Amino acid sequence: MNIVVCVKQTPARDSLLRVDAAGKWVSEDDLNFEINEPDAYALESGLQLKEQHGGEVTVLCAGPARAAQTIREALAKGADRAIHIAADHLGALDPLGLAKLMAAALRDEKPDLVLTGLQSDDLGYGQTGVILAELLGLPHATIIMQVEVEGGTLQVKRELEDGWFQHVAMPLPALLTIQSGISKLRYATLMGIKRAKTKPVRTVSAAELGDAATPVLEVARVYAPPRGKRTQLFDGDARESAARLVEKLRFEARVL
Amino acid sequence: MPTTSFRGVDYLLIETLFSEDERLIRQTARQFVDERVLPVIRDCYRDARFPQDLIPEMGRLGFYGANLEGYGCAGLSNVEYGLIMQELERGDSGLRSFVSVQGALVMYPILTFGSDAQKERWLPRLQSGEAVGCFGLTEPDFGSNPAGMRTTARRQGDTWILNGEKTWITNGTAADVAVVWARTDEGIAGFLVERGTPGFTTSDIHGKWSMRASVTSSLSFADCRISEADRLPAAKGLKAALACLTQARFGIAWGALGAAMDCYETARQYTVLRKQFDDRPIASHQLVQEKLACMITEITKGQLLAIHGGRLKDQGTLEPAHVSMLKRNNVAMALDVARLSRDLLGANGITDEYPIMRHLCNLETVKTYEGTDHIHALVIGERVTGIPAYR
Ligand SMILES: Cc1cc2nc3c(=O)[nH]c(=O)nc-3n(C[C@H](O)[C@H](O)[C@H](O)COP(=O)(O)OP(=O)(O)OC[C@H]3O[C@@H](n4cnc5c(N)ncnc54)[C@H](O)[C@@H]3O)c2cc1C
Repeated sequence: MNIVVCVKQTPARDSLLRVDAAGKWVSEDDLNFEINEPDAYALESGLQLKEQHGGEVTVLCAGPARAAQTIREALAKGADRAIHIAADHLGALDPLGLAKLMAAALRDEKPDLVLTGLQSDDLGYGQTGVILAELLGLPHATIIMQVEVEGGTLQVKRELEDGWFQHVAMPLPALLTIQSGISKLRYATLMGIKRAKTKPVRTVSAAELGDAATPVLEVARVYAPPRGKRTQLFDGDARESAARLVEKLRFEARVL
Repeated sequence: MPTTSFRGVDYLLIETLFSEDERLIRQTARQFVDERVLPVIRDCYRDARFPQDLIPEMGRLGFYGANLEGYGCAGLSNVEYGLIMQELERGDSGLRSFVSVQGALVMYPILTFGSDAQKERWLPRLQSGEAVGCFGLTEPDFGSNPAGMRTTARRQGDTWILNGEKTWITNGTAADVAVVWARTDEGIAGFLVERGTPGFTTSDIHGKWSMRASVTSSLSFADCRISEADRLPAAKGLKAALACLTQARFGIAWGALGAAMDCYETARQYTVLRKQFDDRPIASHQLVQEKLACMITEITKGQLLAIHGGRLKDQGTLEPAHVSMLKRNNVAMALDVARLSRDLLGANGITDEYPIMRHLCNLETVKTYEGTDHIHALVIGERVTGIPAYR
């Protein structure tokens, strides 16, 4: 099976974020970067499918030069080759623009299966995968927790709300967006890290892929949520107050 | 799973000294320690047992003999190897000891001094963790002075008759093969003694307050018959054994950094959160800051020493007397950092809710084994004066 896994490099999860001077993105100066978490699970799924059914895993990554580290990590874990779309500032693209570049980069690839993460930990649009499916003319399914290939069809398990799941049979080729936390991630072995150096990485510029569409979506401002302490007091009898408290916790604070 | 993983200790942009491969390799070891070691190590230490389950996984990842070439080994540079030792010992010195012994004290001598048959027989299995090894040099009456050893091997045709006793041997009872050093008519020689060889028995040393998550044993040989094919053909004299120790000591210099980092980082976070006197964090007091400043400075110096040593080792110019400085300085530094960190945690510092006391106790062993602090001072002293002062 010919599998393409799309991975993005995002700021490390517990980074201390600071808004940049222009107020449109975070300052990247002293940030550590890592593979976007759901993408790590997409990669794991791709590698497992390759182990079960044979074939090849190609990593597709758009990002600046530093993204080479994430590509290297994916190759070290077992991907066979990579396509790096050199794009300095992903924040300037909207999901349609980015998906167009990615679709163009895959023009000659003929994948049986394209896997992406459900969403990215930084921008969090959750759109890039599904738009890419549309551009590639592939059927897609989102929030995938389990993938099985039987003959020419896919059996997937989707996560719905409230502990509900949906089992879907769909044809190949297809695109799936993968949920985080669905499996145990493998480590890159030391031998894998050494081998990764010899695996092919094709770098293409955004210009070579034909310009991305003018963004229809633009980040206007990035800011930290203003801190405010609002205290609400419930008077009345305990039973009634408790019920109101539960309601607030469930629907406003969303912690229950 | 821990919600925040270890992000490293880096005051002086040390990160800029590392290549992409070095960072990736450290990341594998770091994640492994965060996810697989930290959740179990406290209980292992309490119960005085080694986390056995981790042995095959560490083999699969390539940790054993990682800086050796061939036979499935990863062929890493020495800085890459050092970073693995650093992360493992951030987990526990016992874990790092296991990997050090396997790679530097068992696989290294087989690769360097062994026959092709010995290499083919043992190295792939040791690399994968299918087989475990130990290194028997120390004896009840000869620790710092192994040249005085009493274990003997007497030649009888194609067989050697081994007699004597080794003690303080890491992994002795767990080992499938022991690299044993013995006196012969032709000088000190090394032998591969397999578990189950008649006359070869092992027992564990109990009651340790240090290295509790590591197996330490005594080995005993009573008319043990070893085939000439199991003698390391190129290991001639004590210097062969010492060459192994140089490899392991290099790894210890890195490992000690890991233990120090864990103590320092625990103390730093604690002092920022812990409040005393007017609801102020204890980190706001000058005496506390002075300790933190002192620790981070010493750790940083230790990092530079280890990295420089690693680069020299890659060039082939790192000498045993250099390694003495690395081992002695970094272990003493780590002990100081552990003690200062323990102090900053107050009463909490003495419990096993925090890793500091465990590291502190472990580091007492690390100070003693692989050449005591004194012995390395004497090596450095001899180097700068030309006068040996061991006797
Ligand atoms: C947990 C653990 C694991 C170990 N694992 C192994 C192993 O796998 N294989 C192995 O072979 N050994 C192992 N050892 C043994 C270790 O290498 C020895 O303990 C070490 O070499 C010191 O020897 P000793 O304990 O006999 O102390 P001694 O040599 O008796 O030293 C005691 C003290 O006297 C000092 N001293 C001795 N001679 C001098 C001198 N000339 N000048 C100044 N001071 C001196 C020492 O520095 C030390 O402070 C291990 C030890 C421990 C604790």
